[in-house]
Amino acid sequence: MTSFRAIVTAASVAAVPLVAGCTARAGVDESFDTVRVTGSDTMVNVAQAWAEAFNGLHADISIPVKGGGSGVGIADLCAGKIEIATASRAMKPDEIERAKKNTGEDPKQFIAGRDALAIYVNLNNPIESISIEQLAEIYGEGGNTTRWEQLGVENSACPSGKIVRISRQNSSGTYAYFKEAVLGKKRDYKQGFTAQSGSSDLVALVTKTPCAIGYSGMGYRTPDVKVLPVAKTKDSPPIEPTIESAQDGSYPISRPLYLYTLGEPTGAVQEFIQWILSDEGQRIVEEQGYIPVHPPSENP
Amino acid sequence: MSSIPASDAGKPREVSAMHRLAARLRSVPELAIEVLIRLCGYSAIFFVFAIFFFVLREGAPMLFGHMNLWSFFTSTDWNPVGEPPRYGILALLSGTIAVTAFSMLIAVPLGLGAAVYVSEFSSPKIKEILKITIEMLAAIPSIVWGFIAYMTLNPLIIQLTDAPIGLNVLNAGIILALMSVPVIVSVGEDALKAVPDSYREAALALGASRWEIVYRVLFPAAKNGLLAAVLLGVGRAIGETMAVLMASGHANQIPATLLDPVQTLTATIAAELGETNQGGDHYRVLFVIGILLFAIAFVVNLTADLVVKGIRGKQNV
Repeated sequence: MTSFRAIVTAASVAAVPLVAGCTARAGVDESFDTVRVTGSDTMVNVAQAWAEAFNGLHADISIPVKGGGSGVGIADLCAGKIEIATASRAMKPDEIERAKKNTGEDPKQFIAGRDALAIYVNLNNPIESISIEQLAEIYGEGGNTTRWEQLGVENSACPSGKIVRISRQNSSGTYAYFKEAVLGKKRDYKQGFTAQSGSSDLVALVTKTPCAIGYSGMGYRTPDVKVLPVAKTKDSPPIEPTIESAQDGSYPISRPLYLYTLGEPTGAVQEFIQWILSDEGQRIVEEQGYIPVHPPSENP
Repeated sequence: MSSIPASDAGKPREVSAMHRLAARLRSVPELAIEVLIRLCGYSAIFFVFAIFFFVLREGAPMLFGHMNLWSFFTSTDWNPVGEPPRYGILALLSGTIAVTAFSMLIAVPLGLGAAVYVSEFSSPKIKEILKITIEMLAAIPSIVWGFIAYMTLNPLIIQLTDAPIGLNVLNAGIILALMSVPVIVSVGEDALKAVPDSYREAALALGASRWEIVYRVLFPAAKNGLLAAVLLGVGRAIGETMAVLMASGHANQIPATLLDPVQTLTATIAAELGETNQGGDHYRVLFVIGILLFAIAFVVNLTADLVVKGIRGKQNV
């Protein structure tokens, strides 16, 4: 975590002469007053909250925030259309290459918080916990868990007894992360899952579907849906996804949330990112149901 | 053009020339409007070709490149982000066909029935009310239909059928049927209205009942228009994207029953295109699906044209 603070500090030091250079050329500075942020659906709520709070401090900087998915944000960044891409997965080598080719700049990575992927089931489902292996047998190619009773559960709200696998669409960052963290790098999803194009859509569908199981960021939890504690192996204790359990690493499915800029950020972009990583920005991360990169109280 | 009589030779020569010029000048706006209207007519052709060219250009490197067309059409394995990526659309194609066929099973009888009622049986007052209501049905945005499918129809289907999930062929079929009914009703009603009253009067004079008039006289006479109505409905159902993405469950499998979730070609493009690498294989293969949808639309329209022409040919004999 400290290394990222170091990067930001270094960035701010490096940025000073650049900003001065910009203001010298009138007009160029204006374009920096808009910080366009696009990307991860998982992060769109928290990015919106950052933008609003930051706008209260700096009314002269406008920050339009858009979702669409990590891939969209990264693609827009590579095309030079936006200043900051939010992403729930790391950039792939070919994307970094494309950004360099299109814009001549190296993409710069920041970790702005962490997210725990919660496992959602219907409120009427009596199941109490699930293990990573069980999840892999439900979602993974060749897996043969297709009914709730195979998990030792009598799900009376679901008369057909079938597990309805709900997933994100295949181009989503959450889809890629769940595959990596639960199925393993080599195993693929079993075809025939129901794909949803947004995290809140997925949680809404699980809320309405007694046979369903699904995954999404823990920030999307509502009182109308059940979140299952997850066990690393079938012998280890199931862990509820909370800020503490994700931060100390005991919750098995948590991931970094990234911000990407083109080259070292300068001007308003740099100010915004520095603020996001400050205690104030990190408090918003926590308010939105995600995990701050460092506990705000410990870092004055 | 010239209004000057030929006998006025001599000085009238330049007068007639001036007259002609004036006439030509007067006709300039007319000419411009003629050209403009002609351009509007041709623009449809231009746009169709431009769109086709664009879709083809984006898909071509994949279509004519390293894509295996055989497995594209015969494999159900759609996993464009897998290692290695697999592009099999058999399940998507079967999803599109299943949803469209089921929706037409509902929409055609319902739409044609409504068209017959509105055109032949209803009182003028009811007719007005019905037409306005049906037009409103057509004006509901597809995302609202999707929302109804998601929040209302989904739990209802689960409750009534014990299906594991209410987003499936049944749900998407019902929603698509409701979306294509207005098209079928308005085009079908126009076709029935176009049948001359003399036909109805002749049939009545022969002692035909009202049902016999509809079945034996109006249907054969309005065949072309009614077929056009049905095919426009089919086109609406195949091409619909947003509502079907939300209603179908979007699951890549060949449906065995009406209660299985499916994934359609259009919904696949909608769900995946936004996050693909522009110019990458996944991006291009989605455009190949676009080309396929184009081809399906072309075949549907061409069939309609040929069938209509065939009917006309027979009628003329």
